[in-house]
Amino acid sequence: MIGNLDTTTLQQIWWIICSVVGALFLALNFVQGGQTLLWQVAKTETEKSLIINSLGRKWELTFTTLVLFGGALFAAFPLFYATSFGGAYWVWMLILFSFVIQAVSYEYRKKPNNFLGAKTYELFLFINGSVGILLIGAAIGTFFTGSNFTLNDYNNVNWTTEFRGLEAAFSLFNLSMGLFLVFNARSLGSMYLVNNIDFDGVPELETRLRKACLISFLCSLPFLLYVLISFVFMDGYGTDANGVVSLVANKYIGNLLAMPLVLGMLLVGLFLVIIGVTRTALGNGTSGIWFGGPGTVLVGLAILFTAAFNNTAFYPSKVDLQSSLTIYNASSSHYTLTVMTYVAMLIPGVVAYVAYVWHVMDFRKIGAADLRDKKAY
Amino acid sequence: MGEIDLGTVNWARAQFTLTVMYHWLFVPITLGLSVLCAFFETIYVRTGKQEWKNLTKFWMTLFGINFAIGVATGIIIEFEFGTNWSNYSWMVGDIFGAPLAIEGIAAFFLETTFFAIMFFGWERASKGFHLFSTWMVAIGSSLSALWILIANGWMQLPVGMVFNPDSARFEMQNFWEIVFSPVAVAKFTHTTTSSFVVGSCFVIAVSSWYLLKGRHVEMAKKSIAVASVFGLLAGIATAVTGDESAFANGRYQPMKMAAYEGLYEGSNGADIVALGLLTSGKRLGDGQEPFAFEITIPKGLSLMAKRELNAFVPGIKDIVYGNEAEGIMPTADKIAQGKIAIAALAAYKAADKAGDDTAKAAALERFTANQAYMGFGYLDSPEEIVPPVATVYYSFHYMVYAGSAILLLMLLLIRSTLKGTLADQKVLQVFGVMSFFLMLLSSEFGWVVAEVGRQPWAIQDMLPVKMATTNIASGHVTATFFIFLILFTALLIAEIKIMLKQIQIGPEGV
Ligand code: HDD
Ligand code: HEM
Ligand code: HEM
Repeated sequence: MIGNLDTTTLQQIWWIICSVVGALFLALNFVQGGQTLLWQVAKTETEKSLIINSLGRKWELTFTTLVLFGGALFAAFPLFYATSFGGAYWVWMLILFSFVIQAVSYEYRKKPNNFLGAKTYELFLFINGSVGILLIGAAIGTFFTGSNFTLNDYNNVNWTTEFRGLEAAFSLFNLSMGLFLVFNARSLGSMYLVNNIDFDGVPELETRLRKACLISFLCSLPFLLYVLISFVFMDGYGTDANGVVSLVANKYIGNLLAMPLVLGMLLVGLFLVIIGVTRTALGNGTSGIWFGGPGTVLVGLAILFTAAFNNTAFYPSKVDLQSSLTIYNASSSHYTLTVMTYVAMLIPGVVAYVAYVWHVMDFRKIGAADLRDKKAY
Repeated sequence: MGEIDLGTVNWARAQFTLTVMYHWLFVPITLGLSVLCAFFETIYVRTGKQEWKNLTKFWMTLFGINFAIGVATGIIIEFEFGTNWSNYSWMVGDIFGAPLAIEGIAAFFLETTFFAIMFFGWERASKGFHLFSTWMVAIGSSLSALWILIANGWMQLPVGMVFNPDSARFEMQNFWEIVFSPVAVAKFTHTTTSSFVVGSCFVIAVSSWYLLKGRHVEMAKKSIAVASVFGLLAGIATAVTGDESAFANGRYQPMKMAAYEGLYEGSNGADIVALGLLTSGKRLGDGQEPFAFEITIPKGLSLMAKRELNAFVPGIKDIVYGNEAEGIMPTADKIAQGKIAIAALAAYKAADKAGDDTAKAAALERFTANQAYMGFGYLDSPEEIVPPVATVYYSFHYMVYAGSAILLLMLLLIRSTLKGTLADQKVLQVFGVMSFFLMLLSSEFGWVVAEVGRQPWAIQDMLPVKMATTNIASGHVTATFFIFLILFTALLIAEIKIMLKQIQIGPEGV
């Protein structure tokens, strides 16, 4: 039955699926945000351990979502996978390094005889949460600002700068996108920790976390505003009926207005994030993350939909407009998209068991008792 | 397709080899130990005895230490196809991307989600659900092996796809053909069963060390009892599936087989070399005897490759220069045809751009007639299709010796366990400690056979490695190579130190 869908529909479905995975990743970045808060909010060893153990039960989920994001893009948009990863080589390599060092840090930080010392592993976590997310944001920024590449007749990528993608970090827009994500991850991190930890015996930690939520949110605002204002004024990469790419004035605000649903997602998403912040920072509720998380998902979806739908090139080339990638010229074949769509039907099942396991693990908050477990991080 | 920078190609190969071989230090332990932990916990739940619970928890601690670095080394490889092999990713992404994505959806989430329960859930989940979670981690690990090996199997035997001249890439035509390709099946079964052996040997090695030191004797004996039985069964399966892999090589990758058997001249009823030293410095066509010393089993190779005593097994020479009597086409002819196909494809593209339909049709016809050998068109000489013979020959033979020897060790361990004499047999314990290192090496060497043996192809007969890389100056790849080298080595040292410390602390500490 899926095989009867036309290629265009499948391509759009797959952009939606990739966007959902990407947006979930951004929400799950509360782990990374929490990592960057560690030194700031935890003053004692117990407080540190509480945070690490709380995040330590979730980090794999974020990590695996990133892996799936890569895999899904490879399967559905192989030309993007080849062009971006091979072209913007250093951006992706640095992102990956930051995740490699994260993966061992929880498990090894407290283990005796761990060679590098607890401080180093904490630094690894900090780098992952800051540099890693900043660069991911910058990479997302290039969906709007464009990159420096050309494709030849055989679709081999030729990158035209020697910085291999690092030049993306020199754009104010890309940097703002990155910093917004870093600070948003920090507010999410504090919302999550406030929800997940039993503060019995460590009340100051709770106070500091609630304060950190507000500060992080305030820090994220100027960058968010810069991104939003840029959306209104910047030119974008549009395609015409023949797939010819050209610069279109005020393209992205145009996309948002042309797709009210997406605009709605953006606004509702931001509103939910704000509710999350107020619940955490101004009240003493613990439910902030249930607003901030879904809010971030909606914002993420809105950003990725704006980049690709409504006849837009989602991975534009600044130096050769016609090399730009759209979801229509970068995708897999009809057959592969069909197969993958059947596979994607597993995703709701995966989400269901993840949610169930999460429920089992979080039924009781993490407290001092859990730290006495020999398996604790 | 532009100039090829061989520096980039070689550094990209070095980097892939480095990262994947690091990853493979940990993966077989994960695969084997996860199943063993599930066995241990099942025994605990069945008997309700605290000692089995402690034992399970101890092995899970070691599992966790290994798992973390396995995950850390894995993420790189997933993205390396894009960063370093971007031409490859574009050319075959339509086919190759799918199993990687499925691995993420269907395997990694199982592993990582239930890992949280297995590790931290002793007090939070019910006994039954905890056991279920441990099994899910084991099943998730094997499923991730399944999908990545389907991807790898497809590189060895590219089935279920066609070349689309319009997009100039390969496109998937039949998903099930890819999943159930005989090579994928052989790979999955051989790799998982052999990894179960490695995992068993890990348990045996640590336990044997305890026995040598006279510590935690009861726990060690229990662990060995389970691991040696599992190891024996898995070891037998390894031999059977290894033979099946060789049979698949005989049919689909005869050059690889000729290389790991050191077979230069093919013959009917070919002998197999049971023990032999290669003549060093031997090259194709230099007239030297291939072996300085050899002991052979008559007709053994024909039996292994073709399941027939008198069947013809082609040697390196036959495959490179052709053998008319056996219907083997000379490689030079394939190269010539391949070059025609490549030129025809370029003409097809040019005609398409110019809007010249007659020229386009003519070019397509020329292309279709010659496209079967398109991959060969990128080669410079017929001799290029010979992989490094000595490397694969010795790797293969080491693997087979180790695989046979381990069966004996498992049998001896089982016998001593049954007789109750294990605690006194120092020599057996020393071999027990060594077994893990010998088997891990064997496992790495198996991959050397599989991957070096298919050189120069990234995808057998279709895409040579040198055409698969990213268009990038080699300095970048060299830099990342060294970053990986330093980073992974530091992490490996940390892992080993932590692991040894935990082993020293022993089960009381967990
Ligand atoms: C403990 C590990 C171990 C042991 C004892 C063996 N193997 Fe193995 N072998 C592997 C671990 C391995 C592996 C790492 O899993 C490989 C690498 C690629 C693959 O498919 O499996 C492999 C590959 C591999 C290949 C190449 C497959 C290919 O190119 O596609 C052959 C022909 C064999 N093996 C044959 C054997 C035989 C006849 C054995 C005799 C007992 C044997 N192996 C023992
Ligand atoms: C060369 C291609 C390979 C790639 C791209 C790759 C990719 C990965 C990635 C991304 C992870 C981390 C997953 C997570 O988020 O938890 C991982 C872990 C793992 N991989 Fe690989 N892998 C490769 C080779 C293999 C092979 C050949 C096997 C098995 C036969 C395997 C089995 C596993 C297992 C069991 C894990 C779990 C963690 C561990 O290693 O301890 N991988 N791999
Ligand atoms: C984890 C176990 C594996 C090991 C130890 C291993 C080993 C190797 C080695 C030694 C090479 C270098 C060959 C050479 O350059 O001479 C290589 C290359 C390569 N392997 Fe593997 N391999 C493994 C699994 C895989 C898997 C599962 C895949 C694909 C899914 C894969 C894909 C490749 C690719 C793309 C190259 C680069 C091209 C080449 O040099 O052949 N490998 N591998």
